[in-house]
Parts: sequence; structure tokens; C-alpha cells
Amino acid sequence: MSHQVVPVKVYAAIFGALLALTATTVAVSKLELGEYNFIVAMTIAVIKGTLVVMFFMDVRRASSMTKLFIGAGFFWLAILLVFLLSDYLSRGWLLNIHWL
Amino acid sequence: MNATLPFAQTETPINYLNADYGWKSWLFATDHKRIALLYLFSITAFFFVGGAFAVAMRINLLTPEGIFSHDTYNKLFTMHGIIMVFFFLVPSIPATLGNFLVPMMIGARDLAFPRINLLSWYIYIVGGIFTLTAVFQGGVDTGWTFYAPFSSSYSNTHVILAALGIFVSGFSSILTGLNFIVTIHKMRAPGMTWNRLPLFIWGHYATSLIQVLGTPVIAITMVLLGLERVLHAGIFDPTLGGDPILFQHLFWFYSHPAVYIMILPGMAVISEIVACFSRKAIFGYGFVAYSSIAIAVFSFIVWGHHLFVSGQSMYASMVFSFFSFLVAIPSAIKVFNWTATMYKGSISYETPMLYAFGFMGLFTIGGLTGLFLATMAIDVHVTDTYFVIAHFHYVMVGGMVMAYMGGIHFWFPKISGRLYPEGWAKFAALLVFAGFNLTFFPQFILGYQGMPRRYAHYPPEFQVLNVMSTAGASILALGYLIPMIYLAWAWRYGPKSPQNPWNAKGLEWEQSPTPPPTFNFEHQPVVTEPAYNYSGEEQEVKLG
Amino acid sequence: MADSEAILAPQEPELRHHFDDSAQQLEASTLGMWVFLVTEVMFFGGMFGAYIVYRNMYPEAFASTSHFMNVTIGAINTGVLIFSSFTMVLAVRSAQLRQKKALIAFLILTLILGCVFLSLKYVEYHEKWVDHHIPGPGFQYADPRYFHQAQILFYLYFAMTGMHAIHMIVGAGLLITLIVMAARNRFSSGWYTPVEMIGLYWHFVDIVWIFLFPLLYLIGHTQ
Ligand code: HEM
Ligand SMILES: [Cu+2]
Repeated sequence: MSHQVVPVKVYAAIFGALLALTATTVAVSKLELGEYNFIVAMTIAVIKGTLVVMFFMDVRRASSMTKLFIGAGFFWLAILLVFLLSDYLSRGWLLNIHWL
Repeated sequence: MNATLPFAQTETPINYLNADYGWKSWLFATDHKRIALLYLFSITAFFFVGGAFAVAMRINLLTPEGIFSHDTYNKLFTMHGIIMVFFFLVPSIPATLGNFLVPMMIGARDLAFPRINLLSWYIYIVGGIFTLTAVFQGGVDTGWTFYAPFSSSYSNTHVILAALGIFVSGFSSILTGLNFIVTIHKMRAPGMTWNRLPLFIWGHYATSLIQVLGTPVIAITMVLLGLERVLHAGIFDPTLGGDPILFQHLFWFYSHPAVYIMILPGMAVISEIVACFSRKAIFGYGFVAYSSIAIAVFSFIVWGHHLFVSGQSMYASMVFSFFSFLVAIPSAIKVFNWTATMYKGSISYETPMLYAFGFMGLFTIGGLTGLFLATMAIDVHVTDTYFVIAHFHYVMVGGMVMAYMGGIHFWFPKISGRLYPEGWAKFAALLVFAGFNLTFFPQFILGYQGMPRRYAHYPPEFQVLNVMSTAGASILALGYLIPMIYLAWAWRYGPKSPQNPWNAKGLEWEQSPTPPPTFNFEHQPVVTEPAYNYSGEEQEVKLG
Repeated sequence: MADSEAILAPQEPELRHHFDDSAQQLEASTLGMWVFLVTEVMFFGGMFGAYIVYRNMYPEAFASTSHFMNVTIGAINTGVLIFSSFTMVLAVRSAQLRQKKALIAFLILTLILGCVFLSLKYVEYHEKWVDHHIPGPGFQYADPRYFHQAQILFYLYFAMTGMHAIHMIVGAGLLITLIVMAARNRFSSGWYTPVEMIGLYWHFVDIVWIFLFPLLYLIGHTQ
């Protein structure tokens, strides 16, 4: 685009951060954290993904239209996952109703 | 009658049809109008293949014992469903009328990506060839829904080929949607603001959203199903530890929104026709426009209503049932607004308007019976009966195909530069309406009385209604054949059309010659008024 | 949009006839690419959905299979892909600055890194082959309790990483196209839309891996 060129420094910093986060997520996965292993791993993945989207894909400076479409993409993914799980997570519920 | 019209043309100027000749100029065309015609001929061919299967089924159902074996009958309804849904109805209006009109209505010279547009047609053809190969190799017997584990582990038919066909043709649908979205965002003529867009565009925009967001999920589902079938290891077959309901979830995540791919473009066409033949602006433009978007969004959170009896959690069923009721609201808004548009309009009864009337009545019945089905307690009774068959044929055939026929007639002069014989057209429209109702209304009763779908034989007490249905189907078939003949005739021999035979509003009629030149407009159109600015118009042009 | 009255002829070599100007053309390409990437999100989304369902249904089996994932290769490959995204972004930057040599160099570097990723992936697949962990008639699993459930995990593993690898292969093909175009001076005029678009695609494929890595290799590892 007609944007200014981003200095290499910025890209290098993001690159470094992504590598560091990868190392962290591998290290944390060796610890016994129970359910938190999952949460930490996904949080780190989301951070990494956001860094790539914002800086490497330059969405930081993209038009609001582009941002809207990206948001819609993840929103629809969330619809798929949430409504899918709404079935699986509530399958056993019926058995627990004692007052019936 | 040409001579009485102000825009009558005496000799044919260069237009998109005569700009170039020879098969190469068609098969390598990047002009959206030519690609629209490529699609028009291909989907018509598929319509007749799918129709042939329907005829065979209806003949079989004339008598309780039928004439085909169960296996053959299973293949008939499967191939009918696959071809009609994926190769006719999904591309029907968007790929033909949409392709032709979206750029013209917003004042653009072409779609944003003309070569991708051509690519989408080739992809469609390749997908079609896969599926047709499956047909000629002996067919598929899983039903168009491909439910696992029957499709993945037990069926002995060409499931993979057919699934591959759907996988491939899905990308043609995605590319069409992508092209429309970008075109509508980026290629509008000066002055064509969002609030001035014809409702046809809003409808196609909403359709495109569904195509782009939903189709990839059916594509990957078909891949997972195919892999399970090839490897005999997978995720849907319960004997392998899988969950067959997961298949149904993923399938309907696409396929329920897809039923809106199969109706929103129809609604888009109806808005244009109703405004033109009532000579009024659409009542509540904003409501109709935004209800399209609302439908696109809500259609994604109701899919579980197809799983009420599949073993889905009851709580999830309740949520899906609730949203299914909600999705009916925007559809109802549209019907109310069309009705309000006609109120005190100066209505004239040309063929497109007849189809629009048909659409409104039949779609309403189809939609209301959808609400019955979305009610869990009723659905348990009528699921997998002819009631469901009747419901979706009222929306898909009574709704979408009516709108498609109406649209084809409405824009036929634009596309071909000729006028069609109005008398024949009205006759055929009435045949379609009568034939349709005779075919499908008895099926509501049959279903309510408990006749299950997808069986080759039935108990004798259902015969009377089935004979009625088959009789209706013959009338319906005639109603579809007649337009084929007179439209083909009119394309060559029909009287030349003036630029704007209906005296309609919209850039495609008002600012573009008929038939349009390759780049649609002779001058860059500039828009200065809202859509459907019919008010104050006096002169009326009568046809036929 | 142009105010001009007549149909515009292309003024610039890369402007296609139906656009008013190259700004409009670039905006259209960018939006088109993003819409395409959204479809890709949903495409992988179906598999992520299946993964979550089965992970939630068979937690013990999933914990058991995750021991057979090669975390070292997975982690190295994550680094390789991130590195390739870095070189890709530098390629786009060189294109912006019209530095032909640097552009070609970074594109080649990206391509090489992509091939490294695929080679390591091949090593991993080969391991699975040797261990009879490929779903299908030859599948074997040490713990008989989890035979079917483990097979589901490996099925998902192969489906997800396989789809990802196919995207990488397509990306490699696109990179080769870019290299040829760059060598032929197609980007010397300051028009570099294809580099930018294919860059977006490449980063997207990277992001998919960023999520696949913890989900398939790390989670459940400690149990
Ligand atoms: C008012 C909105 C609608 C509601 C509430 C609704 C509801 C339903 C429900 C609950 C079913 C499942 C019945 C069963 O299998 O037991 C169903 C089936 C179906 N509907 Fe609708 N529907 C609506 C509109 C539409 C539209 C607009 C279309 C197509 C243009 C459509 C096409 C279908 C199809 C094809 C099936 C059958 C799927 C199969 O083969 O099993 N529906 N509908
Ligand atoms: Cu539905």
C-alpha cells in the first residue's frame, strides 16, 4: 500500500518475540499445571497469532473494512465451535435431573 | 409495437453478444455477462438431469408396489437431491442473473475478478463431471445428506466420486461469493451509496456471505468423510469410536445456511419485480435490506433443528429451536414489505409479476410449515415424512425456482435483446403454479398421515394422494418445458426489445443499452437518486 | 472512483480494464485476499471443531497419544515457519523499496525454509509409518484400551497437518511464481500486489501452524 515502509528493526523484534513465545510454550508444557496447561498454551498461541496478523500481515494499518472481515471470520469460527459444543457439553445433563 | 417506443433500435449496435464469435470467445470469456450465459446453459442442463430423476420417482410412486427396486429408488432420490441442490439451486440465481446483473446494477464494468469468475465456471463443470460420472457408473444411494456411517462404511456405491464433485463445486460457489463481495464493496459507481443499492444487490451480498463462510465447512466435511471411507478409519463411524452426529453437525452447519443461499437470491429478484410492476418504491427499504443480512447471520445458528431426533442433546435442541423461530422473522418482514409495496400500487400482471405472486404465496406456506418443523414436539411426529419434503419443496421450488423463472422473464429482454411471447409465458406461469400445488400440497397430508420419505413402496391407502402428486408433476414438467421452447425461439425470432421494455428503474435498464455492450455502459454512470424512484412516473408500457 | 465520463483505457501496464485506477484495483485485491483467508479459517475450523469434540470426549486417550508426538521436530518446525514469515515480510519490504536483488533473495530464502519445514514433516510422517500409527488397516497401538480412540487422534493429526502441508506446497508453488516474476522485472515499476497477497497467504499458513503445534503436540503432554 502507499504506507511507509516498516523498519527492519520492528520486524526483527516481532520475530524475536515469536521465537521466545515458542520457547516459552514448549517449556510450560513440561510443567504439571493441570487444566492450566491448556489455557497457557492457547493464550500463547493467540498472542503469537495476533502478532503475526498485526505486524507481519500489517492489519495494524489496514482499513476498518479489512478488520471487520477478519473479525467476522473469527466470529463465525466461534459460532461453529460454541454451538457444536453446546450439544456435546449438555448431552449428559438430562440424567442429572432428579426432580422429574 | 417497437415503433411506438421511444428507444426502439433499428439496427443492432455492437453488444456483448455480437462483439465476438466462435467457441473460444465463449469458453475463454471473462465478460461477466457471457459467463452468466455459460452458467445459464449448464445449470439448465443439470436441471433437466435432476428433473429426469424426479419424473422417474413420481412414476414409481404411482402404485404402492412401484416399478423400481429399493436400491434403484434410493439412487434416484439421491441423485435427484445432489444434482438439484448442489448443481442447480445453489448456483441458480447468483451465478446467472447475479453474475449478469450485479456489476450492471452498481454501475461497474465487470466483476472485480473476471478471470476468477471464469475459473469458477470451470470448477463448477469439473465438479459436475465428477458427480455425473458417479451417476453413470451406477449412482449413489446415501441421500443428498451423505449421513455417516452409511456413506462412509456401508454403502457400496460411488460415494467418493459424488462427494468429490460436491467438494470441487463448492469452490466455484465460494469464488462467486468472493467476487460479489469485493465487487459490491469496491466497484460501485459514483453516487451509488449503500442506501441506494437495489435490494437485488443486498440479497446477493447476504448470499455471498453465506457462500464464503459456510461452503468451506462442507468442503472439509466431505474430505473427512472421504478419508474415513478410504482408510476405514475415521471419526464418524461409531464402530470406529467416532460420533455420527458430528457429521450431521458439520453437514448442517453448511446446509442449513445453504437453504438460504437457495432463497435469498430469490427474494432479491422478487424485490425488483414487485417494485417494477407495482410502480412503487419498496416499502421499508431499510428493513428489507437489513433483513437479508439478518437472515445470513441467523441462518448459521439454527442448524441443529435437523438433529432433533438424531440424539442431539435436548438442551441444544431447545436453543436451536428458539433460533429457528427467530430466523423466520426477517423472512416474514420481507413478505410483509412486499405486500405493503403492492398496496395502492398500480399493479400490472405481466409474467414476472405472476411468478412473484406465486413466490410470495408458496414461500409463505413453506416458511410457516418450517415453523411447525422447528417445533420440537411436532418435528418428532413428522420428521422424515413427506411433510418435510413438502416443506422444502414449497420454499425451494415454490420459492426459489419461481423467483428464478420470474427473473429470467424479467431480464430476458436485457439479456437477449428480444421480447418473449407474453401470452405463452403467462400460460406457462399458471401451469407451473397449478402443477406445483397439485404436486406438493398432497404431500403435506401424506406426511402428516405418516408416509415416510425415501421409500420405494407405500401402503395402498396413500395411493390417491400419490397419484394426485404425480399428475401435478406432469403439469409442472410441462410448465417448465414450454418456457424452454418459447424462450429459445424468442432468442432468435422474438421482436427486438427496446432499451427498457418494462420502463423499470435501475442502472441496468436506464443507463445501459439493450443488450449491453461488453463494458456495460457507454458512459460512466452516476447515481443521483435512491433505488426504485418510481414515484411521479406516468407512462406505462404494456407488453404482449 | 474516477469522475471521468468515458470508459477508461488502462493507463498503467498492470491496470485491468474494468478498474478505474490502480488504487481501486489494489483495494479490491486486498479485500479479495482477506475474504479468501476467511474461508480458509472456516475450512480449518471444521477440523478444529472435530478435534475439540474428540479431545473433550476421550481425554485419557488423547493424553496417551500425545506421547507419540515428536515435540522436538514440532518445535523446530514452528521456529522454521516463523523464520519464513520473517523472511517473507522482508521480501515484501524489499518489493516496496524496489530492491530486486533483495526481493529475490528473501523469496528464495522463504522457499528454502518452507522446504525445510516440509522435509521435517516428512521425517515425522515416516516415524509414524514405522510405528504403524497411520490410521487405516495397518494401524497398531500399544495400549489396546485406546485403539479406536487413538486412531481418531492420529486421523485428525494427519488430516490437519496434511491439509496444512498441502497449503505449504501450494505456497511454495506461488513463491516460485513470484521469484520468476521478480527475475523478469515484473515488480520494477513499484507494483508488487502479488508479493503482498502471497505474503498474506504465507502468514496465514504460519498462523494455522501456530495453533496446530500446541493443540497436537503440547497439550496433554504432562499427564
Ligand atoms: C422460516 C424458516 C425455516 C424454518 C424455521 C425451517 C425449518 C426446518 C426444519 C426444522 C427442518 C427439519 C425437518 C426434519 O428433518 O424433521 C427443515 C428441513 C428442510 N428445510 Fe427448512 N426451514 C425454513 C426455511 C427453509 C428454506 C428457506 C429452505 C430452502 C430454500 C428450506 C429447506 C429445507 C430443506 C432442504 C430441508 C430438508 C433437509 C433434509 O433433506 O432432510 N427451509 N426446515
Ligand atoms: Cu434447516
